[in-house]
Parts: sequence; C-alpha cells; structure tokens
Amino acid sequence: MTQLLNPAGWMRVDWVLAVVVAWLLIGIAGIFALRRFTFVSRVLFPAGGVLAVVLFGVSLSSIFAASQTAVLPIGLPTLPFHLRLDALASFFLAVIGAVAAGISIFAAGYFRKAEGTPPGLLCLEYHVFLASMALVVLADDAYAFMVMWETMALSSYFLVTANHRVGEVRRAGYLYLTMARIGAIAILLCFGVLQANTGDYTFANMRAQNLTPFWASTAFLLALFGFGAKAGLLPLHVWLPEAHPAAPSPVSAMMSAVMLKTAIYGMLRVSFDLLHVQFWWWGALLLALGLATALFGVVFAAVQVDMKRLLAYSSIENIGLLFAAIGLALVFSSYGMKALAALALTAALYHVAAHAFFKSLLFLSTGCVLHATAERSLGKLGGLIRYMPWVAWVTLIAVLASAGLPPFAGFVSEWLLLQSFLFTPGLPDPLLNMLIPVVAALIALVAALAGYTMVKFFGVIFLGQPREEKLSQAHDAGFWERIGMLWLLLGCLALGLLPVQFIQIIDPVTQQLVAAGLGRTVAASGWLLVPVTVERASYGPVIFLLGVAASFALAFLVVRGFYHGRLRRAPAWDCGFPWQTARMQDTAEGFGQPIRQIFEPFFVMHRELPTPFDARPRYSVVVEDHFWAWVYLPVVALANRIGRLVGLLQQGRISVYLLYSFVTLIAMLVVVKR
Amino acid sequence: MNGWNFPVNFDGMLSQVLEIVVALALAPLLTGWVNQWRAWLQNKSAPGLLQPYRVLHKLFNKDSVVADHASPLFRAVPYIVFGCMTLASSIIPTLSTDLPLAPAADAIALVGLFALARVFISLAAMDIGTSFGSMGSRREMLIGFLAEPALLMVLFSASLISRSTSLTTIVDTLAHRELAIYPGLAFAGVAFVMVSLAENARVPIDNPATHLELTMIHEALILEYSGRHLALLEWAASLKLFAYSCVGLALFFPWGVAEAHAPLALLLALPALVAKLAAGGMALAWLETLSAKMRIFRVPEFLAGAFLLAVIGLLVHILLAVR
Repeated sequence: MTQLLNPAGWMRVDWVLAVVVAWLLIGIAGIFALRRFTFVSRVLFPAGGVLAVVLFGVSLSSIFAASQTAVLPIGLPTLPFHLRLDALASFFLAVIGAVAAGISIFAAGYFRKAEGTPPGLLCLEYHVFLASMALVVLADDAYAFMVMWETMALSSYFLVTANHRVGEVRRAGYLYLTMARIGAIAILLCFGVLQANTGDYTFANMRAQNLTPFWASTAFLLALFGFGAKAGLLPLHVWLPEAHPAAPSPVSAMMSAVMLKTAIYGMLRVSFDLLHVQFWWWGALLLALGLATALFGVVFAAVQVDMKRLLAYSSIENIGLLFAAIGLALVFSSYGMKALAALALTAALYHVAAHAFFKSLLFLSTGCVLHATAERSLGKLGGLIRYMPWVAWVTLIAVLASAGLPPFAGFVSEWLLLQSFLFTPGLPDPLLNMLIPVVAALIALVAALAGYTMVKFFGVIFLGQPREEKLSQAHDAGFWERIGMLWLLLGCLALGLLPVQFIQIIDPVTQQLVAAGLGRTVAASGWLLVPVTVERASYGPVIFLLGVAASFALAFLVVRGFYHGRLRRAPAWDCGFPWQTARMQDTAEGFGQPIRQIFEPFFVMHRELPTPFDARPRYSVVVEDHFWAWVYLPVVALANRIGRLVGLLQQGRISVYLLYSFVTLIAMLVVVKR
Repeated sequence: MNGWNFPVNFDGMLSQVLEIVVALALAPLLTGWVNQWRAWLQNKSAPGLLQPYRVLHKLFNKDSVVADHASPLFRAVPYIVFGCMTLASSIIPTLSTDLPLAPAADAIALVGLFALARVFISLAAMDIGTSFGSMGSRREMLIGFLAEPALLMVLFSASLISRSTSLTTIVDTLAHRELAIYPGLAFAGVAFVMVSLAENARVPIDNPATHLELTMIHEALILEYSGRHLALLEWAASLKLFAYSCVGLALFFPWGVAEAHAPLALLLALPALVAKLAAGGMALAWLETLSAKMRIFRVPEFLAGAFLLAVIGLLVHILLAVR
C-alpha cells in the first residue's frame, strides 16, 4: 500500500494504469456533474486530454525499454487480470495517447448543450471507452482482453447512439453492436483454440503452445474474422459507414482513428506473437482481402454525398491497405525473409500512426463544419474556405496527407509499402512472384483514387461558391477546438517530414515481432529515408519540401522584382457567361459520376432520371453495395427462419414449458450418468 | 548524422544548377518546337520558335485579374505548381546522374510530385466555383487517377531491371547495359507514350489549342487565371512536358547522360539532350497530327489500356527473369 502511494517507485506499467484509473475517475466525476455543462466541458475533458499526453509520454519511453508485467487482482478470485507492457503494446498505447489528447481537447469545445445524452453521461462513456482501449492493448490474458474488448464495444455503442432520438442513429448503433458481438465470439473461439486445452488463458501460456498446422490455421482464421469484423474488412464492413456518421464527430474520430487500430493490434498480436508458425497462404489471404477492401472502400468513398460517410469509407480503404501490408509481412515472414517482413511491417505500423492522425483531423473538421452549418450533405455545402479559413487550411493538410501525397504523412507509409513490393522478386514461389506486380498496381490505383476522393471532399466542402444562403453565417472553430486540431496537425506534419525519427520508434516493435528492423539502416543516413542503400531507394521529405518552397519563393520574388505585383479583382470570367450561379458547380454526385460509370459493377444503383415532360424534374441517385444482398439479407432470412422454427416451441402454456424442463432434466441425467 | 549521406561536391552542385537552368530555359522552347512542327505537318503557317517566350513575357507584364471571391489558395497555386515542376525537372537525370537533389525523391516520389501539382491545380479550379472550373477539375482527376498508377508501373518496370527506384541509378544501369533487349520495357514504352499524351493534355485526350468549352480539360482548369499567374501555369505546363520527355529519354534512350565526376561529359550531354528532345518533339507533333481527339467517355478505356500494358510489361519482365 505504501508502495502505491509513492509515485517515484512506480514502474511504467503502473503509470499507464494510473492514467487509466484517472480516466475512470473523470468518468465517474461526470456522473456527479450530470448536467453541469461548463464543468464537464471545461474541466473534465481537458483533464482527460492532459492524462492522454501523460500516457503518450510514458508509452513512448517504454517502447525502447524491456517489457513489464503486472497482475491486477480484479474479477474472479482465481482469475486476475494479467497485464504486459511490451514494445508492440507501447506503440499502440502511444498512438492512442497522442490522438486521444487532441480529440479530448477538441471535445472540450465541441459538445453543445441539449444534444441527446446529458454531457456528464457522455463524459463517462467517453472516458470508459478510452480506458478500455488502453487496457485491451495492455491485456496479457484472454480474460482481461475479452472483458476490455466488450467494454470498448459497449461504451462506443453508447457513444454512437448519443443522439438516440433519431431513428437512423439507433439503427446504426444496433447494427454496430450486432457486428461487434459476432466478431467477439470469433475472437473468443480463437483464444480457445490458442490455449490448446491447457485451461490456462494467459498469453504467456498460448505462446508456449505448439499448435498443429490445422489448429494454428483455425486460430488464425478465427482471429481474421473477429478482428476483421472490428476493423471493417470486406464482407464485414457494413457497420462502419453507418456507425461513424451517426456518432458525434469526436467519437467518430476516436472510433476511426484509434478503435479500428485495436483490431490491427489484435491481428498483429495473434499472428506474429501468439502463433509461432506462419504459412504463406495466410499472408496471401490477408493481402487479397486487404486489397479488395481497399479498392472497395475508395471507390465507394468517391461516390458518397455525405461527408462523414465519405470519411468512413475512406477508413475502410485505409484498413484494407493496412491488412495488405500485414499480409505481405506474413508472406515474407513465412519464407524467413526477416528484413523484408520488417519493411512491410514498418509500412503497416507507420500507416497506423499516420492514419490515426489525419483521419481524426478530418473527422474533427467535419465536426466543425457540422456545427457551423448544421449540414452533413456535401450537396448543400461549398465555399467554406471564406467563412472558416482556419479549419479549411488545417483540413487541406489532412486531405493531402490522406491522399498519400509527398511530403505528407500518408505518403511515407505508401512509399515503404511500394518499396517492399519492389524488393519482392526472389520469393521462392513463382506464382506469388507473378502476383506481386498486380498487387502493386492495385495499391497504386487505390492511392490515386484516394487523391480523387480527397479532392472531391475538400473541393466540394470548402471551395467554390456556397450552395446555400445560410452558409455565409458559418463561424470558424472555437478556442478548444483549435488547440485540439493543432496538436493533431503537428503530429500529422511531423509524421510526414520526419520518417527517419519515427522509424526509430517503430524499430523495437518490428524487432519484437519479426526479429528484424529498419532502425539501424535508416539511422545511418541522417535526414534521408533509406531503407536499404541509397542506390536502391531514398526519400527525403524535408529536402523535398524545401525544394518546392524554395522555388515557390524564388518564383514569387523574381516575378515581383522583374515585373510587378499588380492585381485586379473582377467578377469570375467563366468564358464570358454572366449568369453563373452556385447551382452550376459540380455537385458531389457530379464529381462522383465518372467513378460511378467506370466502376459500375461495384454498385447497386437506383437512379431516378427526369424526362423532358416532367413539370417538376427530379434527379436522384442512390448507391448501395452488393454485400447487403449477397451476404447479409440471406443471413437475416436464415435467422428469421430459425427464429420461426424455435417459435413453434413457444406455446404460451405453463404446462408445456414444465414438460420442456422435465424432458431437458431427463436428457441431462442420461448424459451425466453415461 | 551528416544530413546528406554522401559529400556534396562542386561538380554535383554545378550539374544540379545547370540542370535546373536548362530545364527552365529550354522548356518553353520545346513547347514552341512542338507547336511549330504541328503547324507544319498540318499545312499551317507556324508561329516562330520563340513564340512561347513572347507569350510569357506578355503575360508577366499584364495585370492579374482575379475573381472577386477567390481565396488565397487560388493565388498560391500557380507558384506551388511551378515549384513542383521545377523540383521534378531537377531530380530527373537529363544531363548528369550526379545530382545532389536526386536522393530526396525517387521514382515513386516523382509520381507523387506530379500528383501533388495535379491536386493543387484541380483545387484551384474548383475555388472560383464556375461550371467550367469544376468540370475541368473532375476530368483532370479522372485522367490522373488512371494515368498515375500507369506511370508508376512504367517506372517500376525500369526499377525491376535496375533493382532500384532511384532515378539516377535507373539511368546509370540502363545506360551501361550491354545492348540487352527487355521485352518488358517495350510494353512499358507504349504505355508511357499513352500516359504522357494524357498527362500533358495532348491530342487524343485533350487539345492544347482548343477553347471549345465542352472538350477542354487543361484549358478549363486554368480558365480563370490571367497575367503572371497564367504565365506561371503555362511555364509549369511546358516544364511538365519537358520533364515527361526527359523521363522518357532517361528510361528508353539513356545514352549520352554524364556520370559523376565527369565535367567534360556535361558539355557533351547538353547537345545530346537537345538533339534527343528535338527528335522527341517532332515525334510528338507527328503523333498529334495523326490522331483525332477522343470523346471524354473513351478516355478511361484508353488509359486503362495504358495501365494494363504497363502491368503486362511488369509481368513479362518477371516471367522472363524467373524462368
């Protein structure tokens, strides 16, 4: 007890636990201040943000340290929580801490009075959500992991349904909860297979087991299903575009930027840490599923007309890329090519961090737009760069990072991923060798389409003329919102410009998972990112940025010096057409039209076209995905049929029910007796 | 931790500066040369070779007229695009492979650089909020998302041969191979020509001379620009054509490029480059004269063809290499 009260003697894992406990206390304080809006938003949320910074600092330092363990005697008497802070956990904790800090501070200025759930309750749910995510990553046994996994799902369900008076939001929440349940069952089964009938559910015991190829593959497939459902992998993605837009923006940011990453964490933990053997087809399967997901996600993102749905689909795309990178790492690892596995894994982990930053920033900026205009539909926005310039410029950086353009964050991971593809020839399997260029081509296509999507996102919201009258009343972000976004922006810029330094941080993680890392090679060449040798490939974002900036400045000065800087304002030219209105710009539908046409087989489209004789011409396009009809509706139909069969048992007479219990008892006795 | 991981020598700096200056100076000339040949081939009387310089001078002297509600982004974009294209032409080894700036960006980053310029110019076109601007930016992004991966695949074919994505290493390797024939590169070459036509707003895809509203793409993007902003964008477009031609020359005709520590070879490299560009420009004018402009709906097929050809090139290379 005395040791507990002396912070000087705490280990790092204790500090992490202290942050978690403090988050829970803040949540409880929220209950006592249920409707005291100012207290909750100005004191509790910023305090949570400061704690997140502490978490970020502690876990960053523990990436380089030896792993620490702790045992928490909660839960059942013989079943304590085992916790372990190793490099992999520390990395994900650092991402959670860094992003949560920005989002919490943003949330301090975001939540408004009278929005469904009372602020104190939101505060509780939000901080329980944060604490459970941290503990999921920290868990070192299946029991703690599952409890925290479920807490995470439940608390985020309540956050998603914060606006529960809207029917659509309730439906989205229900769908989300269903998918989370199904995924959790698969994860539980996976752990069941991994402990190999020893009855000991600690991860340490699972590592010690030597599974046969069949059971190892079973465990892997179960993990893929479970974590895939959480991450939004292809056939299991449907909840994501429903749940993310329904939630308040800080929550969407948290779910998209951080919660999806816990699924990536789980996938890495199971496939690289808990399982010893890896088979090339696991990697190939992940690669195929990941690429399909990425292409699907980006194509759907390009045709969306709701800004938050667009971002949700873009998250699906990024998850797909992450799974593809992990798949590639698995392929390399299964052939014992450690260095290449480390390269692909570094790409994946880098993208985890980059996506966490730019996607949270994008979601937060949609939050600002939503507050300023009360409009989520792209078709009713436009021209906001003039009324909310601050948000617009911050969003522009996030958009460029998300589009994978140099010298911003998204490009580094994409570059590393493409590099690992280029070094591939030399795999023992010729078939895989042949597939690699196709895969690289698909990744390039996805990246280019992401650019298309992001131009649409930024252009339709912030550029052009306002499509509605009321938009000219839009206000820029408030003080707290700006602080939170600035923090995330700094992280986003640093990730883009300092890849060498960040890869040093990732190095211990890849060392832990595949016993190889890029750290040393990369550190040798200073500011230039060199994965192997400078003759093979190199990329220097700082020099790159300086090059563009220098020629920008020189051109500016030379033009002013030799000629002049005269400027005249006039109405837009538009080929001399004077009756230009805001309605003549491309709408979100218009911008998505080429994609709808080229990728037509991807969509189920319901189109309503006006004829020349319509008194009131109406045009509408509704785009849905095939998976509803292919996967979900049959499952729903099956469940209904089974339900009806089970319903036959339900007679509503007490004597019949007594008969059932009697028969059951007899059957049980027979079984037990035998 | 020495910022650069190899010494920056005087020769390197010299060839780097020379390369940037040559690119900036020669790019409008290349455009003028192509225009001249195109006019001759089409039995028109041609404008003078120096016409692009006169146009640039005239535009720089004029006032810039900017739409009332244009945002600062609109005014910054010409400089950003110009900066991107300058950087692009300074990292492509045209005269020498001893370029201190080249390690900052390899083939993938070069494609990213072109994409960055494209995204910015498309955003600027949407900024004014006119129907032509947003139409132009939609079409530009449509071309971009198909052309960009195709270009990347072309560069990958060369990367696989030289086992490197660094442009200087690629040119070094390709220039010094014994005359081996790479069938993969032949596919890549065809794909590259198709991509360059699309990316530089050339005839089967776009017409640099048109101002017919419904067919223009590149012209629609820069419709609202005038004065010095337009001049910078025109110059950047010339630079882009120059950069693409140089990438093509570097990949498919890499001979005559000076190596590290050979200042004398630099003197020879310049005439070699001019001769190669002159031939390339004539070929481009000839291609443009022979083909008719395509409907916009056919463009995706054309570019998807280029993309597939490039991927087939990669596959062929790997098939032959693995055996």
